[in-house]
Amino acid sequence: MKAYLSIVRMRFIALLQYRTAAVAGVFTQFFFGFVMVMVIRQFFFSGDAQGAMSLAQAVTYIWLGQAMLGMMPWNGDNEVIAMIRDGNVAYELCRPLNIYTHWYCRLLALRTAPTLLRSLPIFLIAGLLPAGYNLQPPPSPAAFAAWLAAVAGALLLGCALSNIISISTLWTVAGEGMLRMLPALVIFFSGSLVPLPLFPQWAQAIVNFLPFAGLVDIPNQFFVGTLAPAVLPLMLLRQLAWTAVFVLIGAGLLRLATKRVVIQGG
Amino acid sequence: MAQIQVRDLVKTFKVARRKAGLFSALRGVFHRDYYTVRALDGISFDIGPGELVGYIGPNGAGKSTTIKVMSGILVPDSGSCRVMGLTPWQSRAQHVANLGVVFGQRTQLWWDVPVIDSFELLRDIYNVPHADYRRTLDDLNDCLSLGPLLEVPVRQLSLGQRIRCELAASLLHQPPVLFLDEPTIGLDAVSKLAVRQFIRHQNTFSGTTVILTTHDMDDIQALCSRVMLIANGSILFDGNVDKLKQSYVTEKRLKVEFLHPPHMTPLSDKVTIIENQGNRLELGFATGQLSVPQLVNQLAAMGEIKDIIVEEPPIEEVIAQVYEELGL
Repeated sequence: MKAYLSIVRMRFIALLQYRTAAVAGVFTQFFFGFVMVMVIRQFFFSGDAQGAMSLAQAVTYIWLGQAMLGMMPWNGDNEVIAMIRDGNVAYELCRPLNIYTHWYCRLLALRTAPTLLRSLPIFLIAGLLPAGYNLQPPPSPAAFAAWLAAVAGALLLGCALSNIISISTLWTVAGEGMLRMLPALVIFFSGSLVPLPLFPQWAQAIVNFLPFAGLVDIPNQFFVGTLAPAVLPLMLLRQLAWTAVFVLIGAGLLRLATKRVVIQGG
Repeated sequence: MAQIQVRDLVKTFKVARRKAGLFSALRGVFHRDYYTVRALDGISFDIGPGELVGYIGPNGAGKSTTIKVMSGILVPDSGSCRVMGLTPWQSRAQHVANLGVVFGQRTQLWWDVPVIDSFELLRDIYNVPHADYRRTLDDLNDCLSLGPLLEVPVRQLSLGQRIRCELAASLLHQPPVLFLDEPTIGLDAVSKLAVRQFIRHQNTFSGTTVILTTHDMDDIQALCSRVMLIANGSILFDGNVDKLKQSYVTEKRLKVEFLHPPHMTPLSDKVTIIENQGNRLELGFATGQLSVPQLVNQLAAMGEIKDIIVEEPPIEEVIAQVYEELGL
């Protein structure tokens, strides 16, 4: 247990070193945030988006998405993937650790440390923008608490998904495919591009069933108030159920892989 | 009972084969040609506690494959392997706790953080009590003079410095068995000496069993009491270095320096002249055929001798000759 905690701590500290990357990330996210806010405003003024959420809620939803972008499981752990490609993974297999848990712990740090660095400036500045363009605080302390809890759920879910991406690169070809396919699914169906409540009525059942809503949409809806804090247990259950599914898939794939892994060259 | 016991280990790999060119590439989408390589073709050996064994062989002979099987990284097709009573690929986590490994061409240290952080992480991973860790680290520090290196990020270390740190990292949990896969690869002369000295020290004073793969025959000569030669997946020789030379060294060299240029008379046909330059003469002769005194007598008749040196060919050449004889 202590070993895994050390891995999280160590990776967290290592990731906090990358300050330039964080600054660059903040700028990029601001740029995309602005573009998306402009688009969403036009969308609202054209009058098609009534009912699901207000403009202020939609804009807040978008800024949240940008602030928390570091948590998105749109890739695997690049260091693990590099290790798999260059064969350093041999060392990983020489440790008295469960490899799945080891890599999951690394991901926990990978998804939190950079997000912490990047989200705070975005929250601050987006909060200070003029009305109609700004991030608004949650409607109640209960909504804020529900958001925090759902963010934790999203973290667990996202890491389970990312771990599948990392592990799938043990199959050279299939892994490449996963690396390209999954980001598209994740970005579109999590609500990072268009808030899920604005999807057409017929698509709601689908997007709400899919695991990806748990990554962005569920926490964001608690924050903006379109989901009541009372439904938190149900939503957490959804996130954790999908997490369990992905953990089982990832651990199964890894078990299969370690039976046939070949460290090539030297 | 042997600490490491390997019996009839077989491991085959499937290698995809494709001819050059676009057409073959397209064909490869639907149909792939494979051929099978027997990387290990039924190898067996025993290694006792505290042995320092050199494991040599040409590239692709199966050295690394053996190490990987013994480390629990690869699962063999058949055969058995017990390291301290455990089968590596079955009780992986338990087994690797007894094991230190250094792969000379890879790194186990975290690239972007100071070395000491990696060490502390390894301490937690192997669950080493703080007091033991402190003591081991102090020892390693003395032997490998790590001092100032510990606070430097790994990416800023030279190769020689990094290998020293890698060696230390592999021993923090005081494993009874140490696998070193080409630890001296790419090192300069001074670093090589330091690494060798350390390996010997660790073997002598901590009784660590060491298995060392290398292409550097000086490593073998300097360190190993026992050497195993593997080629094409089979062990061809297992014994001490002198025995290896006896089995394969068929020629000795004799260098002689005369006071004046010698009067050349025909020598026995068992002798070949390698070099003949002024006062100096270098000869090669088959060991079983001719004794040194016989040859010296013949030479003394050619002129007044100033100095004589009898040499065995360097182990490097012996091995090259072995490989050649085997058609490798």
